[in-house]
Amino acid sequence: MSLLAPVRSLPGLAALTTLLMGVALMLALIVAPEDADQGVSQRIFYIHVPIALTAYFCFALGAWKALLLLARGDERYDLESYVAIHQGTIFGSLTLLTGSIWAKASWGIWWTWSSNQLVLFLVLFLFYCAYFMLRFSLEDGPQRGRTCAVYALFGVALIPVSFLAIRMAQDFIHPTVFTRHGPQMSGSMFTAFCFCWAAVTLLAYLLYRVELAGKRVDANLRELREALQ
Amino acid sequence: MSYVADVAVLARKDLKVELRARDTLPAMLLFVLSTLVVFRFALSKETGDDAAYGLLWIAIVFTALLGLSRAWVPEHEHGVLDGLLLAPCDRSAIWLGKSLATLAFLLAAQAVALPIFALFFAPLDATALAGVLLADIGICAVGSLVAAMAAAGRARELLLPLLLLPLTIPLVVGGVGAAISPEEGRFLLLLALYDGIFAVLSWASFEFVVTE
Repeated sequence: MSLLAPVRSLPGLAALTTLLMGVALMLALIVAPEDADQGVSQRIFYIHVPIALTAYFCFALGAWKALLLLARGDERYDLESYVAIHQGTIFGSLTLLTGSIWAKASWGIWWTWSSNQLVLFLVLFLFYCAYFMLRFSLEDGPQRGRTCAVYALFGVALIPVSFLAIRMAQDFIHPTVFTRHGPQMSGSMFTAFCFCWAAVTLLAYLLYRVELAGKRVDANLRELREALQ
Repeated sequence: MSYVADVAVLARKDLKVELRARDTLPAMLLFVLSTLVVFRFALSKETGDDAAYGLLWIAIVFTALLGLSRAWVPEHEHGVLDGLLLAPCDRSAIWLGKSLATLAFLLAAQAVALPIFALFFAPLDATALAGVLLADIGICAVGSLVAAMAAAGRARELLLPLLLLPLTIPLVVGGVGAAISPEEGRFLLLLALYDGIFAVLSWASFEFVVTE
């Protein structure tokens, strides 16, 4: 019975995510006013930015779990770190995709090397794809967990250093919505944005829980099968 | 024995192995020279010096990769790593010794390649050379750790470039910036920052990568 305990809350969580996603999309697509400058294409902002923030959050979570694995040596953190990074890579590729669509709509090009955020995401994306190559190349066991944890921690150190490097290498033309003077949007736009952000974060959390539950069931099943043989 | 003496012994071991077997350094030298020759034909006549500096950095990164992919091979082939792990020294000393030995190989390869680059492609000033030195330190520090990770995997030669190349992007930005930017000081600072952060990270985490 204890095997099923972590899975019980998942249907409720899924229903809540769907509800929040619906409200957020309605706010973003209908209620929020149209951007005077960019028109309807600006509405992708309500999806693109929350997904990007969620991807960063997933990478940070993966690194945090990796740090816990190295500090405490508890092997369950290995799977948690891996699943978080997996979700981060999924949301990262969605970020690249929605970012390209937005770039095509507002700048007329699919990709620009002078957008720091796009390039930083590409670097991170390559880095974490290599993480999977590393993980699948090593033998299963505690050493694999620790090696992957060290690599995941390097990724988090790479984010600020790459950002600095990319920013120094290029001029800065990405639309800056958040400045030091607070968000540059109207009240209802900000509300819609916050709802979208909450919905995407919840979606990421749900996916994280589902994948983790699946991976744990796999591992338990393997152990049982080995015990029976 | 003190920590410094441990590191010196380990680095000297690698240099001695290389002096006897001559596996890595001649390969690195030949590679960097042939890369520069290939680049001579890849560049059109109208391209300026800036493109040449960019290509120099590709040559440096790939030469370092070549050296690093050989770095842990002797340790794995003859079970040396197990012996080193049993030795009564701090594990991070193994990483530091390997980094210093790899740095020595890379500097030796560059001692030949950089004058040739300056002669045939574009001049190198003191800041560009400082950039090369700082980037070398970063590549060897991170590379020795990542190469140890890759060496434990099934596809070690294949894995190393995949793992290391995303990590070298800030170094390439800093190195190229030090060579071509008018504000070269900022780029040297970036390289020094990178070296500091990643050297400390690698030093602290090496033990986790090699311990069974």
